[in-house]
Amino acid sequence: MGNDRLALAALVAPAIAFLIAFFVFPLLMMARTGASGPDGLATYLTILVDARYLASLGKTVLLAGTVTLTTLAIAGVAGVFLARHRFPGRRVLTAFLTLPLAFPGVVVGFMVILLAGRQGVVGTIAEALTGERLVFAYSLAGLFVGYLYFSIPRTVLTVMAAAEKLDPALEEGARSLGAGRWRVVRDVVLPGLEGALLAAGAICFATAMGAFGTAFTLATQIDVLPMVIYAEFTVGANIAVAAALSFVLGAITWAVLAIARTAAGANVAAAG
Amino acid sequence: MRPHFDPGFLAGLVFASLVAFFLVGPVILSVLAGVTANYQRGILESGITLAWLGRVFELYAPTIALSLGIALATLVATLLLGVPVAYALAKAPGRLARLAEEALVMPVAIPGIATGLALILAWGAVGEFRTHWTFILVGHVLFTLPFMVRSTLAVILAAKLPALEEAARSLGAGFLARFVTIVLPNASPGILAGSLMVVTLSLGEFNMTLLLHTPFTMTLPVGLADSYASMRLEIGSAYTLVFLVLLIPLLVALQWAADRATGAPRRP
Repeated sequence: MGNDRLALAALVAPAIAFLIAFFVFPLLMMARTGASGPDGLATYLTILVDARYLASLGKTVLLAGTVTLTTLAIAGVAGVFLARHRFPGRRVLTAFLTLPLAFPGVVVGFMVILLAGRQGVVGTIAEALTGERLVFAYSLAGLFVGYLYFSIPRTVLTVMAAAEKLDPALEEGARSLGAGRWRVVRDVVLPGLEGALLAAGAICFATAMGAFGTAFTLATQIDVLPMVIYAEFTVGANIAVAAALSFVLGAITWAVLAIARTAAGANVAAAG
Repeated sequence: MRPHFDPGFLAGLVFASLVAFFLVGPVILSVLAGVTANYQRGILESGITLAWLGRVFELYAPTIALSLGIALATLVATLLLGVPVAYALAKAPGRLARLAEEALVMPVAIPGIATGLALILAWGAVGEFRTHWTFILVGHVLFTLPFMVRSTLAVILAAKLPALEEAARSLGAGFLARFVTIVLPNASPGILAGSLMVVTLSLGEFNMTLLLHTPFTMTLPVGLADSYASMRLEIGSAYTLVFLVLLIPLLVALQWAADRATGAPRRP
């Protein structure tokens, strides 16, 4: 028995060593670098008081929150629909809805450019209809569309998996007791999906907070937090502020995921 | 099952189709733009060409090779590090294992740009490491390891391993023999699903890689961002097409493997 214990420890040791060397140690170094600027430890306070950083943080949280709610609404309806009905073409529709599942942020940004960029279809259609070219890819609106594009597939999958597990008899029962369609959704379906929606929402929010590729592709003027970090590090060479901001950003996304995991109880698979 | 002319069903179908159109439409546009001679004039007027794909290989061939190499190396590393951990977590007593799992998953809960920055601050000045491709490898392993562990762990927990192992032990099989002949074969659906996930994620990783790369170590997604910013739309599209040709078969295989991994351990 003791031998087995030792063997188990030996199995975990390489991964733990890797994690300490390339994750724990770097995070500690980053925390230290955050306090190494001219302001010292106060740098962490500065970024919460400075109007520019605070505005960026607010904008990022607002964007991530809006994306999360919109994604949950869209993916919730589509996911429950796909889980509930069997019809010809269902598999193809599901495949389409989950196609961009692993697209990197940069590619998602390019998709937004093709939709709403200078040569985009939305612009062409708008020009034909109103005579004015509609271009919104290179702004917060473009980023919003990009994050929806990115978040819907994985949320649809989570909702579908949870909706398959719901007991249809409960809905049947509610209906036979006279509950209308909306009552059934509000009192039976939504409570049943609560855990999955919470988990998917947390992942969606954390991913939108930290995503970088889409904003990087669309424009440099969008000052969401990851873009500010990148700018401070590369252009501004303001490494202490970049490190402090990264630390705060990491703390936020980690906390959101941890809270959701505790609340949902089930496995909250982490963000991609 | 309710009849199909139900108005609720129709509304749902229309809604889901619109969402699918939003997701697939741009992909089709991108693929078409990659083989269109002149996107501004349109594919019908200017015709189809493979010239842009040729340009992509001229400009970016090294990025494709590097990304494939890093993805494979990441796979090997996560197999070596992750599969033993999954097995140990499945066997170890509750609270400690939960804690270890929590710690292991942390790198995914933190944005890639933050992890990338931390890696540079800690290891960026150490010898030639910063400009070597293994610098990116380390980041990718950090980010993908949790997926390998989770996928393998789920299958091991669902399979009735303890009973099988007990039987083998009573017949005199040592630790290594049990690991190779019982654990690995039973965990293989989870290992396969995890492997496909790792390769897919590594191939597309950008958030961290943008900071970690140097001009000598440009990966495919970093190259994509470069082409979107500085090349014609047709070249960016053709390059995206190359990426999709690599990615989509992986996604299809992943879906299949994940279904198999979750469906395999049927309860009697």
